Amino acid sequence: MFWYIARRLLQAIPVVLGSTLLIYAMVFLQPGDPIRALFGERGAPDAVVEQLRNQYNLDQPFLIQWLLFLKGAIVGDLGQSFSGRPVADMIGEAFPVTVQLAMMALVFEAVLGVIAGTVAGLRKGKLFDSSMLVTSLVVIAVPIFVFGFLLQLVFGVKLDWFPATVGGNASFYNLLLPAIVLGSVSFAYVLRLTRTSVARNMSADHVRTARAKGLTEGLVVRRHVLRNSLIPTVTFLGADLGALMAGAIVTEGIFNIPGIGNLVFRAIVLGESPTVVSVVTVMVLVYVVTSLIVDILYAWLDPRIRYA
Amino acid sequence: MRFTRRARLAGVALVAAALVLAGCGGGGDDDAGGNKVITADVTEPQNPLVPTNTNETGGGKVIDLLFAGLMTYKTDGTPENEVAESIESDDNQTWTITLKDWEFSDGTPVTANSFVDAWNYGALSTNAQNNSYFFESIEGYADVSKENPKVKEMSGLKVVDDKTFTVKLIQPESDFPTRLGYTAYFPLPESAFEDMKAFGEKPIGNGPYTLESWSHDQELVLAPNKSYQGAREPQNAGVTFKVYTDLEAAYTDVQAGNLDVIEIVPDGALSSFETDDSVQAFTEPSSALAAFAFPNDLEHFALDDEGRLRRKAISMAIDREEITDKIFSGGRTPAKDFSAPTMPGWDDSIAGSEVLEFNPNEAKRLWAQANDIKQFEGDFVLETNTDGPGNKAYVEAVVNQVKNNLGIDAKPKFYATFQEFLDARDARKVGAFRAGWQPDYPSIGNYLGPIYGTDAGSNDGDYSNPEFDQKLKEANAADSDDERFAKYAEAQEILFEDMPGVPLWQTDVTGAAAKGVENLEYSWKGVPEFHNITKE
Repeated sequence: MFWYIARRLLQAIPVVLGSTLLIYAMVFLQPGDPIRALFGERGAPDAVVEQLRNQYNLDQPFLIQWLLFLKGAIVGDLGQSFSGRPVADMIGEAFPVTVQLAMMALVFEAVLGVIAGTVAGLRKGKLFDSSMLVTSLVVIAVPIFVFGFLLQLVFGVKLDWFPATVGGNASFYNLLLPAIVLGSVSFAYVLRLTRTSVARNMSADHVRTARAKGLTEGLVVRRHVLRNSLIPTVTFLGADLGALMAGAIVTEGIFNIPGIGNLVFRAIVLGESPTVVSVVTVMVLVYVVTSLIVDILYAWLDPRIRYA
Repeated sequence: MRFTRRARLAGVALVAAALVLAGCGGGGDDDAGGNKVITADVTEPQNPLVPTNTNETGGGKVIDLLFAGLMTYKTDGTPENEVAESIESDDNQTWTITLKDWEFSDGTPVTANSFVDAWNYGALSTNAQNNSYFFESIEGYADVSKENPKVKEMSGLKVVDDKTFTVKLIQPESDFPTRLGYTAYFPLPESAFEDMKAFGEKPIGNGPYTLESWSHDQELVLAPNKSYQGAREPQNAGVTFKVYTDLEAAYTDVQAGNLDVIEIVPDGALSSFETDDSVQAFTEPSSALAAFAFPNDLEHFALDDEGRLRRKAISMAIDREEITDKIFSGGRTPAKDFSAPTMPGWDDSIAGSEVLEFNPNEAKRLWAQANDIKQFEGDFVLETNTDGPGNKAYVEAVVNQVKNNLGIDAKPKFYATFQEFLDARDARKVGAFRAGWQPDYPSIGNYLGPIYGTDAGSNDGDYSNPEFDQKLKEANAADSDDERFAKYAEAQEILFEDMPGVPLWQTDVTGAAAKGVENLEYSWKGVPEFHNITKE
């Protein structure tokens, strides 16, 4: 197991190198000069523009820029934004907010999705099952920003149960509404995955055996049906944590949450490559770690899977 | 009418536009006394809060409250002395400036050096300040703004004593005092120069407010500056700017009563905000001019007889009223000249300005006349970036009007980002292009010189007409405001003949405030006069 984990972590190195190179290339290839654009319609003396290009290494060839970024990153210096703030500080402020939001969304979708999916799977074809299928279909079909604006209007503005926006005060209560919005689509997927899986496992051989042993229905469902049914769900949830964090741009915009999504959005608009690349690197690491955790969870959920 | 606004739920495009815009807002903190703190939206300032480095609206409106310049502007744009006791010149070229007794909020006095050092800092190329071009009319600017400058101070700035300094300009400029209320010309305390970066995080100013705290991407808290003695006396207990990246979110907060003032209503709410009973709506004329320009050598549209006829024909083929009504729900005012009605000395009936009126028959006649000189081939192409709010819609509308009313092939060309558009423009690889202008100080001259003067910094169409340059020069040497305004009008008459650009409309300011907010007025540049705002 130890060697398995070590090997997986070593694999992360080329993944991070490759993805930073790719992102750097994309930001680099973005047309237009970000420094010139800072001056808007008025322009600036050439000397000033040159000075700033030099300061952000933008006068270097693309590969050199990337190597300089890596060199800094290794010693913990992720560079500066155009406003002169260290990128590491900006990520340090925004990242915890997004992590909290994504974790809340993940818990929301996992708990509610698995419960509703299990019940629906056990009562396949009944009223609850059908209504859950319709609900999840609607949630998947409606774009997330529509859902976000709707909940914000109803619960934030009209009923005033939650603050309409979050702003600087990212408390559990303030993030509840955004977390539900962010987790809504995944909730629908978790529900459907769990339901299908549970329904199929109900007629599996090992479940029939368990019933034949005389186990109570509750134990059969918990020990034999649910545990096996959760493999696709766990795979999905693991990959989803990264997707939730990366996909929080829309939700963070609607609810004005100062997280990674807002940060990277602004950096892309300004063409601030150090910020974009650093944020993406962090996201890549999150993906690597969560997918590792998912793989380890497999072994626990399904005794047939072993890692050497 | 709250549901009308939610009609936008259907529109993905609007959300995209709203994401591009950035806004900000604040929560309503109540003061212990009857005096309340006002909350307003802001975008995260793009730079540390140093006056010579702040050229965008987010940081700009904060800095304007933290500092006081030599001049300030009344709500209608009339300049008046603030820190300056007097600004005088015999020849409009060498100006003698004397100061009132004034203090920074840390108790140190505002001296002649506070200005001179700040301006020299702003102009020096190695400091790479965003507003450095503001000092270009001062003698010696060329020496400090080049690469590897040998001198660090402009020769045109001389300190006479603690309260007096002189400014020598490269040429006479009669509206020089008018511009001294702009952000770039604010003074800096001596302590700033020790560590400008640290200063920008926690600036010490001499204006109506002081910066209490700045939580990046969250909020900026401003409290009244007790030692401030100027004309902009705060009527509230402070202003808290809440940072928004999405203007829709700020507007929602105003509706929910969590934010007092939103400076600009998002496009998605434009059609309904005036009838929304949960907010107070404001529509005020502003000084931002939307236009498009013709490159000087654009085939068929060059600065020659054929080109002049076609430029006028295009201008007259555009029904500005229809576009402002239908696309912008009345949130724009059709242009009557090359400046804006909020400018002192504005005139709506300059000779030749009828080319800005919709007249399809005359347009066709001029177009046919141009065809007699040389037959038109190809398309009329209007280029723009699409990442600015409303750009795409208005360029498409203009192109359609030209196509339908002139019966020619016309099409838009879009650039996804402002950067890309600027690059194409700087490389002179564009056809007719969108060109907006927001003046820095209330002077018609600021709409003319920087854009249409020969070789001027923002003259991206490379327009050059010696007669026009001469009129500007005369305006700069004028002895009185009336004479200056008359010369600007004459200069505009030349522009109406040449039509290097086609003015379209002024962008109205469309703001909203929560219920109970009072005394919200917009300044000549379309920014709320924050110091006057009160609430119940």
